[in-house]
Amino acid sequence: MGMRRVAVVGAGITKFMRRALETPKELAWLASKAALDSAGMSLDQIQGVVHGTAPDAFDGLHMKGEYLSDGSGGWKKPYLRCYVGGGTGVYAIAQGWFHVASGLFDTALVVCEEKMSTCLPHPQAAFLTIFDNITEQPLKPNLLWIFALEQNRYMARHGITVEEIARVSVKNKHNALGHPSAQLGAELTVKDVLASEIMAWPVHRLMVSPTSDGAAAVVLVAEDVAKTLTDQPIWVQGVGWCLDSTYWTNRDLYYPEYVEKAAWMAYKMAGIREPRKEINIAEPYDPFAYKELHHLEGLQLAPKGQAPKLLADGVFDRDGDLPVCPSGGLLGVGNPIAAAGTMKICELFWQLRGEAGARQVPGKPRRGVAQAWGDLMQVGTVVVMGTEQPA
Amino acid sequence: MPGRVAIIGVGCTPARATTPYQSFKELMFEAAQRAYLDAGLEAHEIESFVTCAEDLNEGLSIFDEYTPDQLGAVQKPMHTLAQDGLHGIADAVMQIQSGLVEVVAVEAHSKASNIRTPDWILDYAVDPVWNRPLGFNPHALAGLEMNHFLHETGITSDQCAHVTAKNRTNALRNPLAAYPARLSPEDVARSPVAFHPLREIEMAQTADGCVVVVLASDDRARTREVKSPPVWVRGVGFANDSPTLESRDWLRAEYCRIAAQMAYRQAGIHNPAREIHLFEVDDTYAYKELQHLVALGVYSRPGEAGRAAATGGTRPHGETPVNVSGGALGMGSTLEATGLYRVAELVAQLRGQAGPRQLPRVKLGLAQSWRGVPTTSGAVVILGAE
Repeated sequence: MGMRRVAVVGAGITKFMRRALETPKELAWLASKAALDSAGMSLDQIQGVVHGTAPDAFDGLHMKGEYLSDGSGGWKKPYLRCYVGGGTGVYAIAQGWFHVASGLFDTALVVCEEKMSTCLPHPQAAFLTIFDNITEQPLKPNLLWIFALEQNRYMARHGITVEEIARVSVKNKHNALGHPSAQLGAELTVKDVLASEIMAWPVHRLMVSPTSDGAAAVVLVAEDVAKTLTDQPIWVQGVGWCLDSTYWTNRDLYYPEYVEKAAWMAYKMAGIREPRKEINIAEPYDPFAYKELHHLEGLQLAPKGQAPKLLADGVFDRDGDLPVCPSGGLLGVGNPIAAAGTMKICELFWQLRGEAGARQVPGKPRRGVAQAWGDLMQVGTVVVMGTEQPA
Repeated sequence: MPGRVAIIGVGCTPARATTPYQSFKELMFEAAQRAYLDAGLEAHEIESFVTCAEDLNEGLSIFDEYTPDQLGAVQKPMHTLAQDGLHGIADAVMQIQSGLVEVVAVEAHSKASNIRTPDWILDYAVDPVWNRPLGFNPHALAGLEMNHFLHETGITSDQCAHVTAKNRTNALRNPLAAYPARLSPEDVARSPVAFHPLREIEMAQTADGCVVVVLASDDRARTREVKSPPVWVRGVGFANDSPTLESRDWLRAEYCRIAAQMAYRQAGIHNPAREIHLFEVDDTYAYKELQHLVALGVYSRPGEAGRAAATGGTRPHGETPVNVSGGALGMGSTLEATGLYRVAELVAQLRGQAGPRQLPRVKLGLAQSWRGVPTTSGAVVILGAE
């Protein structure tokens, strides 16, 4: 396509936890510093900073991006805060990609941070403000309700059982045991998940990701810079994002069309025609257990309604045909909104470099896809990364 | 700049103190319709969208949720920038130059009249640990900075009064402006002080409004069937100084200087005062216009900016026309849309469509934005007719 090639050369992450003692700025800087260190770079070598963080309401801050700018390294530098709700963590990589691909920047630091614990008594209350203030807020909706609606629709349409969905929690929480940043790694059985409290039927407590504090960052550089820094650059092969209509209540929620469109945008750029054959690892967004399956279908990695079956057959295990959320995902590692998406990008970086330690998937994976979701059942953001330099 | 990018369409609603007859979605729809008509495109031909918005100004979290339907962006790439509209222009330029897309629409709006307690909302932007407990109105930061700026540069409060008088008077010729007024510098000088030495009349008042700008690659700009004259983006720049009050530069607008250097490099500009014919710079507070002109390198010594303001050098027919549109003082401060109203003015001037405000021989113009107190975030866009 004649685009300037862009590589990831460093990744860093903080521990994800329920209540961090660090301030938001400190969390952002810890992740930024870790990413710079892993790339062998200093902040002076970074020409521009892309920041991602989700609702300002969590922190009780107006213009939160401006507040976080120095912690993120954006001091006396071009700095932008991009934002698509929960999709921010993966979208920010696309933003960083076109910073560099445009030729305006040779190096960019992408850092996503979230501190939800400052919202008392629970950040769920802040989510009330994402709903339409005339038609929806008077009903006092919360996220558990709308996810329960969507999960119910997904199950009803395909005849999926709650047991099949519960397997996602079992797999991801198990995988997270190998992740040093993880908040909720655990050895569980399907029975344990189903024995946990029902939050809003059919969603059980152990099918929900936690609220978390944390930050994650990556360094993106142009092709010629990458070659001076490392002999193992991981290339950004494709980026895609797509926003659906505001009126989520008017859509059939059984299938995320916006994820499909975002995926094909990224796949087309990466030259992928048959995603199931050409992708070795997937990190779909799993804030709720069924979401992983729902998103795998949107990502064209499972036929509609078939993801639960492939999961039961072990295809998505760490040593399966298509490892899914080898990191442990949001269910296991934690869900500091924007940082959770970037955590998935970090995971692909480590997996593709063979540096994932206890979480390493076998067979030298060559290409992975990360995806995040957000807004009112509305936005899909997709990044494809691989060991091969794009054509 | 690698790969040329043009502005092919601009649509605005008039900035008004209040707009009870339109919702924010209706404002956006109206501006978008005008922009797409101006560009000669249907909504479905636009490949990617950017909205510039801040959640607390909207009273809604994750604002991009509420954008796609009225812009024709359903199931298309769309994202929010929590930045000024000029950052949005830079974003669109990068998307096009990367080769990813060919046509991008940038939207920014203000429904400031819906914000019941704007100063309390702004207080939430002040550092919650070190500064907010001191319990001051955030606009006081502008008073402090102005005091330091006048003290260090020798610019006088009377010279600043000329800025307000000029911009409010310029707005009389701009039908998009919310606060036109025939004011003399003496009128301004006599008016009450709000945050010493800043007078209340020297603080831009908020207004409602929406601007949509359509940008396209060189190829796409030329192959449209209906053609409005394209205006070329010659340079974009954006930067932040420190957000921390205790460690920032209180004299120089560093964010503006760094952003301008970035844009000048792309546009190949060495002497902005001579090479650029029209400046639309941020004047959220009157003294800021002078501080920004210095940071842009228009005046090599700060004192010259004060003298130029007082002697008519920055009036529409002066040596360096500044804020012919009326600026934020005359048009109103329209939150994230403030920068895009300036782009709209440059486009009108460069196309020769500025009516009674039209300046002769305008070939190159510069728009600059600042995100207001307590931030140090700014952007610069340079536009050319050729």
